[in-house]
Amino acid sequence: MRDPAATPPPVLELEGLRAGYGRIEVLGGIDLVVPAGTMVALLGPNGAGKTTTLAAVSGQIRPSAGRVRMGGVDVTGAGADALARAGVCTIPEGRGIFPNLTVDENLLMFTHAGVARSHIQEVAFDHFPRLRERRRLLAGNLSGGEQQMLALVRALATRPALLLLDELSMGLAPMVVEELYAQVAAITATGVAILVVEQFASFVLGVADQVAVMINGEIRAAGRPEEMAGQLHGAYLGGP
Amino acid sequence: MTELLAFTIVGIVTGSIYAVAASGLVVTYTTSGIFNIAHGAIGMFMAFVYWQVRFDWGWPTPLALAFVLLFAAPLMGAGIERTLARNLGSASLVSRLVVTIGLLLVLMGAALNIWPPQGRRVDGFFSPGGFDLGPVFVTWHQTTTVLVAAAVAIGLRLLMFRTRAGVTMRAVVDHRGLATLAGARPAVSSTLSWALGSSLAALAGILLAPVLQLNVQALTLLVVNAYAAAMVGRLRSVPLTFVGAVVLGLVESYAVGYLPDDGAFTNLRVAIPTLMLFLALLVIPEVRVRAGTTIAARMPRTVTLGRSLLACAALVAVAGAFALAVDEGALTEVASGVALGIVALSLVPLTGWAGQVSLCQMTFAGLGAFGMVRFASDGSAVGLLAAVAIAVPVGALVALPALRLRGLYLALATLAFAVLMDNVFFIRSDVFGNLGAVEAERLRIGGLSFEGDRAYFLLLVTVFGVLAVGLLALRRGSFGRRLSALRDSPVACTMMGLDTTVTKLQVFALSSAIAAVGGALLAGLRQTATAADHTMFNSLPVVLLAVLGGITAVSGALVGGLVLAGFPVLADNVSWLSSLAILGPGLIGITLARRPDGLVLQAADLWAGRERLRAAASGLPERVEELGLTVPFEDSHRAAIDRGLALDA
Repeated sequence: MRDPAATPPPVLELEGLRAGYGRIEVLGGIDLVVPAGTMVALLGPNGAGKTTTLAAVSGQIRPSAGRVRMGGVDVTGAGADALARAGVCTIPEGRGIFPNLTVDENLLMFTHAGVARSHIQEVAFDHFPRLRERRRLLAGNLSGGEQQMLALVRALATRPALLLLDELSMGLAPMVVEELYAQVAAITATGVAILVVEQFASFVLGVADQVAVMINGEIRAAGRPEEMAGQLHGAYLGGP
Repeated sequence: MTELLAFTIVGIVTGSIYAVAASGLVVTYTTSGIFNIAHGAIGMFMAFVYWQVRFDWGWPTPLALAFVLLFAAPLMGAGIERTLARNLGSASLVSRLVVTIGLLLVLMGAALNIWPPQGRRVDGFFSPGGFDLGPVFVTWHQTTTVLVAAAVAIGLRLLMFRTRAGVTMRAVVDHRGLATLAGARPAVSSTLSWALGSSLAALAGILLAPVLQLNVQALTLLVVNAYAAAMVGRLRSVPLTFVGAVVLGLVESYAVGYLPDDGAFTNLRVAIPTLMLFLALLVIPEVRVRAGTTIAARMPRTVTLGRSLLACAALVAVAGAFALAVDEGALTEVASGVALGIVALSLVPLTGWAGQVSLCQMTFAGLGAFGMVRFASDGSAVGLLAAVAIAVPVGALVALPALRLRGLYLALATLAFAVLMDNVFFIRSDVFGNLGAVEAERLRIGGLSFEGDRAYFLLLVTVFGVLAVGLLALRRGSFGRRLSALRDSPVACTMMGLDTTVTKLQVFALSSAIAAVGGALLAGLRQTATAADHTMFNSLPVVLLAVLGGITAVSGALVGGLVLAGFPVLADNVSWLSSLAILGPGLIGITLARRPDGLVLQAADLWAGRERLRAAASGLPERVEELGLTVPFEDSHRAAIDRGLALDA
């Protein structure tokens, strides 16, 4: 048992989390802990339930059983918008931006998390100067990498306690992905807890503190990245 | 010159009213994804409420305006969003449409019940004052109207682009899920947009009431003008919508002033919004097809030819026994249900299978009746052929401009077309006579006469059965598969080289032909063909009831037709239900928001539930491995997968 006086509770704690779509159960009881300042990577093949885990944590779907605790508080079943305002930043699969709004208007949307507009603009243009030049353009007209930068601004500027990232690498050149993950690692250093879902293990093995491998809606193996690298394909394929 | 100035001023004033109405339509549609067909009806209802508080109860104008625009209308809009429109976004097009169609009919019925038709005066603002602009007298009401429209334009622009609430509305349109993840409340945005849209509809209604007087139908039809104007802005751009509205107002005004008001131009003015709409549809660029939208559609199982023939024979046999058992008066009521069932049947391939919606099936039925009475005054089968021969090319002509666009545009084009036909065609004395009604003969084929009520009833049932069997045969074939494909994913159809426009055109032509046959037979049943039976407002309940019965099933059409025919019967026999006859179809429409599958499929589900229990008892194979589906795994496979996971680097 943890002594609450000694160490603060982890930012995210999942206990026997079950969830799915309609009558189809995807997650068969997930236990996972993400402490502050730690990046946990959730790896696994297609259909393992990684994105579903994020959806259940971020409030997009309601867990059918189990508990989601954030900072020791039970938030199971809370709505996505309420969690977002409470300090959970979710960047969904694909592009986490509004393509038909300008860059400036996208930044304005980030103020729903309770941060001043001026602060968001400052962070955005300091970290990604290219966005300043393109602030009046529709976000959908930016390049894939620039769009993902814009999405990451939300993570950088809204000072979330928990950052949930889904497939940051999707459709991007490896160089761009490495640049983005460098930013993510910098966010971890500020004390944010990060849960990242990734299909391409090599991108995150270098930056994650913990790796959990999901198969068929269950976590099959977990550990430090260097321990896990050797057993990944075994875990993916269900072999020895 | 003076004349031109006068017509220009009237045009700009009318255009301003259209602009206010149309911008409300655009705001609601873009934010919530629901095209509100009841937009004009809300404006109509609120204009009546305004009359009630301002002129009947004598409230001061500012108070009355504030009550309607800031309280009653927003409340109604927000209420509609909360109870009906919410969560409809992912439903099929027809489910989204029937809800607001139902709402339109409910509001019309309610207005007629609360405020029975009588002369009601609504004075314009600051009436009767005004000022002289050169040689033309401009009233203060006209001035106010233009200023109000300008204020609405500027206000909307500032709201949508300068405030977080407005940007959030646009963000919700763009990516609803992401807006939630950013901490916005999409539900609040939707509610806000419906409140705003409803308030703008009310404003347009109040501005228009002194011009049109309080006429339920005319004010409800404001939605068609608003839609024509909004189409210029492709239902998205508010500034272009304003341009479209003013152009529409001007053209209407000049048409009144300069077109001769007799001969071919009679009533052309009423047709102008529709004509402009079709023009806009023709020049509008094709919207990029949206990929990845799956529509939760329930389809009934396909039926073999033998089974469908058996069912058809059973239907005719039951009908025969029924015809002998009941008296002729009751039989006529049921027969009219069957005839309406044939019209509803025309929607099954079009809407149920291909996912396209037509809101003018009674117009095609009217064309069918026209063909029957004008080309076969003796009731010969030539009439049926004429009915089909008229309806099919007209149907193709109507559908053509809209077919290459999204399904919503087709539905709205058919709505506008129905209004056009009401005002320009059916009204003519050489169509349904001077009084809007002509005698119609019952069909005779060769020496076979169907003069008697029982014989005619059996004829209707047989025609329904034969058409249904034919449709089911089509559905089993490649045409039926193309229709289903069209409904499931227009994108995939295009990718596979299927010409979606041709397929849509074919099914639309087929549908208009069936509706025309239904109309021709309905006229024979009633032994009269009237203009009043085939208005746009008659087409709407047909769609609602077909959806109620189950739009994907041929049997659903029969159920829908019978229920539709049942309303007037109920009203005649049970006096306290008389208002239900007006409200019934509309009320059914709005309840369809929750159960869009229809009665027939739900009944089938209950039956299938029993079947499934029986199947479960029989069990599955014990060991799946015995099926021999496993393949041994080797190192080369493993290496390939490692490469795929980018682990070899």
